[in-house]
Amino acid sequence: MTRFLLRRLMQSLVLLWLVSIIGFAVLHLAPGGPLAEFTLIPGMTPAQLKLIAHQMGLDRPLPVQYWEWFRRMLVGNWGRSYRDSQPVLDVIAAHIGPTLELMVSSTIIAVVLGTWVGVLGAIRRYSVFDYLATVGAMIALSIPTFWFGLVVIYIFSVKLAWLPAGNLYTVGNGSFLDYAVHLIAPSVVLALVTIAIWSRYLRASMLEVVNQDYIRTARAKGVPERTILFRHTIRNALLPMITIAGLQLPTLLSGALVTETVFTWPGMGRLFLDSIGYRDYPVVMGILMFSAILVLLGNLIADLLYAAADPRIRLD
Amino acid sequence: MSAAIETSAPSAPARRARNRALARFVRHRLALFGLGAIIVLVLLCAIGPYLWIYNDLHIDIRHRFAEPFMGAHILGTDALGRDLFARLMSAGQVSLTVGFAAMAISTVVGTLVGTVAGYFGGAIGSALMRFVDAVLCFPSIFLLLALAAFVQPSLFSITLVIAATAWMEVARVVEAQIRSLRERDFALAARVLGASDAHIMFRELLPNAIAPIVVASTLNVARAILLEAYVSFLGYGIQPPTPSWGNMLNNAQEYLVTAPWLALLPGLFIILAVTGFNFVGDGLRDALDPRLDIT
Repeated sequence: MTRFLLRRLMQSLVLLWLVSIIGFAVLHLAPGGPLAEFTLIPGMTPAQLKLIAHQMGLDRPLPVQYWEWFRRMLVGNWGRSYRDSQPVLDVIAAHIGPTLELMVSSTIIAVVLGTWVGVLGAIRRYSVFDYLATVGAMIALSIPTFWFGLVVIYIFSVKLAWLPAGNLYTVGNGSFLDYAVHLIAPSVVLALVTIAIWSRYLRASMLEVVNQDYIRTARAKGVPERTILFRHTIRNALLPMITIAGLQLPTLLSGALVTETVFTWPGMGRLFLDSIGYRDYPVVMGILMFSAILVLLGNLIADLLYAAADPRIRLD
Repeated sequence: MSAAIETSAPSAPARRARNRALARFVRHRLALFGLGAIIVLVLLCAIGPYLWIYNDLHIDIRHRFAEPFMGAHILGTDALGRDLFARLMSAGQVSLTVGFAAMAISTVVGTLVGTVAGYFGGAIGSALMRFVDAVLCFPSIFLLLALAAFVQPSLFSITLVIAATAWMEVARVVEAQIRSLRERDFALAARVLGASDAHIMFRELLPNAIAPIVVASTLNVARAILLEAYVSFLGYGIQPPTPSWGNMLNNAQEYLVTAPWLALLPGLFIILAVTGFNFVGDGLRDALDPRLDIT
């Protein structure tokens, strides 16, 4: 167990190091570079630009720049935003809350609905419901998240006026209920893809468990079908879903960026988009690193949880 | 599809396998529906603009925001009075071209990386695959935006950027296939006969890994069309006046109250195209690779 943990941590760190090189290369090899923003200022002379480049350390060789950034990043100094000179980690910390709340609430919705659809599809295999669920999941995976967001806004905010069209809360109303109401639409929109994926995998997992010997044994012993379903089948079918949940993190983060844009939700995705617009390299780089850490950590935790939940899995 | 299957020798068992594969494919009515949708869309976008009475760039400010199904503009007009149907068709040319081209590039790159990594294994193989893992750590839209925002947007550069975020799955699939094929007797035979590494990789092993590549690249067209829509919607993709299904939705949110069709219709075209490719990809998987059949 400890050996597994150590090995996985080492692998994750190597991957993070690669991620940092790729991210740095993507941002710094691209034409334009961090100076592009300053060239737009009227009256800026080439000499002044050169001075700015020097002061920002941009005139040094790229490997040196990378090393400087990497060295500081390791000790928690992720640089300062070009936009307002705030430390990058503070900027990210200020925006991560709304994103995490959105991701958690949409995951809860997706797990509840996805489990229901997946289980029902498996126990009524080849029924009309199963067929519709299969087709529905494929279509759901083909719908652009932002378009689904626009449709939800159109129906529930414009036509029915049941839900707000965006933002965290109504100005001047700080109640939890108001916040929860604002959370509904973006969470549902973000949940769509996860519902589809979760229900498909759970259905397959259920069908696998149903054929196991211990289910046949339970049935032979005369255990009621209800008990078999709830106590044996579903619980065992949910085990491998822990891994699936971990693997969904990148998709969820991508979806969050788009959802936040449509619903003017001030989270990390919006921050990323804004920072790209401002060519705020330190923040862009910081968010890339931060999301990669989140993804790797998610996978690691999923593996550990899986091992804890299923004693048959040996991690070594 | 036929190209994928005919790589095996046309012996009697192979013919039977081919018939079974075809039967499974036909049975997969959704795949046929998807294929139909793709053919209709491709023909519509390729020929439609030459037959339709309106030009997609013709501005008619007196008839702006015309509602769909109410007059000569069958799907209505946009904020400048341009015919929406004409725009959807020429946007389709752009979006489908980007989708196919990005698929082609990502398939070639993914196949190359996967083949080399799977064949050589060892340090080269694990270095390449760790690189694949590292790129997969980025949420795809984040990577897509980071790349797209810092290049001069053009049809070509957007295609490259989308391909750059979509080749990794192909590489993984191919690597696994090649790694297992490498151990087979026919690969050993080729080596004993003195065949070069390149010959074994691309003439002996790769033809046997075509089926999963075809499946992955079909699904990749769907993915590429979606990614184009995302990046153009967010403003860093195909730039106006060139229309694409994604950038037609770029300003649609402003008009959601007054002209909702501007948001709804391009989305429906995207969904039709993406579902089409997803259905076909799924059908091909059933037909070509029965082991993956989870239904």
